[in-house]
Amino acid sequence: MAEEVVLMKGNEAIAHAAIRFGVDGYFGYPITPQSEVLETLAEQKPWETTGMVVLQAESEVAAINMVYGGAGSGKMVMTSSSSPGVSLKQEGISYIAGAELPCLVVNVMRGGPGLGTIQPSQADYFQATKGGGHGDYHLITLAPASVQEMADFVGLAFELAFKYRNPAMILADGVIGQMMEKVVLPEPRPRRTEEEIIKQCPWATTGCKGRKPNIITSLELDPAIMEKRNLHMQAKYEEIQAKEYRYEEIDCNDAEYLIVAFGSCARIAQKAMEHAREEGVKVGLFRPITLWPFPSKPLADRAKQVKGILVVELNSGQMIEDVQLAVKCSVPVEHFGRLGGIVPDPDEVIDALKNKLIKK
Amino acid sequence: MTKEDIIKPENLVYQKPRLLNDNPMHYCPGCSHGVVHKLVAEVIEEMGMTEKAIGISPVGCAVFMYNYLDIDCQEAAHGRAPALAGAIKRLWPDRLVFTYQGDGDLACIGTAETIHSLNRGDNITIIFINNAIYGMTGGQMAPTTLVGMKTATCPYGRDPEIHGYPMKMTEIAATLRGTCYVTRQSVHTVAAIRKAKKAIRKAFENSMQGKGSNLVEIVSTCSSGWKMTPEKANKWMEENMFPFYPLGDLKDTTVEK
Repeated sequence: MAEEVVLMKGNEAIAHAAIRFGVDGYFGYPITPQSEVLETLAEQKPWETTGMVVLQAESEVAAINMVYGGAGSGKMVMTSSSSPGVSLKQEGISYIAGAELPCLVVNVMRGGPGLGTIQPSQADYFQATKGGGHGDYHLITLAPASVQEMADFVGLAFELAFKYRNPAMILADGVIGQMMEKVVLPEPRPRRTEEEIIKQCPWATTGCKGRKPNIITSLELDPAIMEKRNLHMQAKYEEIQAKEYRYEEIDCNDAEYLIVAFGSCARIAQKAMEHAREEGVKVGLFRPITLWPFPSKPLADRAKQVKGILVVELNSGQMIEDVQLAVKCSVPVEHFGRLGGIVPDPDEVIDALKNKLIKK
Repeated sequence: MTKEDIIKPENLVYQKPRLLNDNPMHYCPGCSHGVVHKLVAEVIEEMGMTEKAIGISPVGCAVFMYNYLDIDCQEAAHGRAPALAGAIKRLWPDRLVFTYQGDGDLACIGTAETIHSLNRGDNITIIFINNAIYGMTGGQMAPTTLVGMKTATCPYGRDPEIHGYPMKMTEIAATLRGTCYVTRQSVHTVAAIRKAKKAIRKAFENSMQGKGSNLVEIVSTCSSGWKMTPEKANKWMEENMFPFYPLGDLKDTTVEK
């Protein structure tokens, strides 16, 4: 069967990919610029085809707690929102991480702080990669840079989430959510049967048929046991950090300067890189695909050959801290960012590269 | 009858429900939780739903419900139990799903989740323990604390001018289209315990028959929080709680009119 290429928004691709990947439940609340996820699911009516549950919750708080319940029962469940809504979800995300449950949270970022703006931003990088809610935990954080990756990362996020029993996040931004591109959707696959869920998730609250009762909780009052639980989670995070970092390099082999950017900024940076190369400046693009775990090792390796690194983000400098930690002051690391919903054009990136690194 | 006769299985008149395990309960003497836990265990067992039951415990005194009931349980964030339960029921329609929540959890921080779950007609049962006080955190004012009642955060008595009025969540629930069965019970006498058990059974059966959401409030004592002996707490409840929270069915759509 020939691959079917369709044109759609990033948000729509998330919805279609979720249905096709056999997701059991989506629980969401409308917020710009991601409402097309819920709207597309409502329009597609997957409950009539795959049996997927789609529910508009009364709040982001309720939606993430529906995900908590569903995930605890072994189902493949997700929610999506945008920055202010994701702030509201942090309590639930912390519980889900603490109870070690798999789920997917999509954040199509908009500018903040507060109600901010509905225009694109990448200012939730810290929130996504450094915790967000209370306690020592991490989300597996994937940063799509295209509509194709919006579709592809739904499946990838769930695979990683179930592999490690840890919540995963797709950290997109308003540009990726709203722009339309060609996309090849994943092949449809059936949802898991009850037997398959019970086999895959022997820990889940599916009803204690033929086994001892299962308990899903993040609570433990004995500090000695609680420390052990935390150490177990930290060991898991170490394993994820060692095995699951992902990145893309474009034109890095002969690069004298490196741009590090994720999501929509990587697309802009790629165009800037091409323009710079036309002017004879050898620039390469390093794009982290997983923001947590951060691809520190390959970035440190690549940094050895360059004279400087420019980190381009739609924020005032968040991922730059991980870049600096990765390269450990071996090369100058500068930042260029636009705030408040402004998306830079490639020329601004080239100017920043010249002014902050090359002319120095 | 000799002791040997008494312990013969055919002479058995009462036994601890099998789903209630032997873990020592952390509940205070005189607390209603132990009785209600027992009723829940009995009903699940009598319905033959042991292997299909999923309970959601709250934040509050009943947070450790899962330590005493031998069924699958999830522990929710404060007030969010109905969100978990409603989702699980939609994802597992043939399971018996219920929440077990106190008044602080259900009527205060979880007001939105409770009302919306009930109004959606989630086919679940919410068991609502109303003792008009925050028990686990040490006796602070609850949304259901009676006017004039003294707690750690209203030590001179609840004053509506300062603290607002006690909230009747069960009355609110009865006005919601999605609810099937809304009732207020108590467990202060043997007769009341029997009635409460019937109510829980009815609610659970409704939820399995897809009739809508069910709320069973149990007006309860908190002898520690109220600083009374268990006996005095029961009496105080009858004299002060029941006039404001009258017992009985508030809504039952299964009864033909």
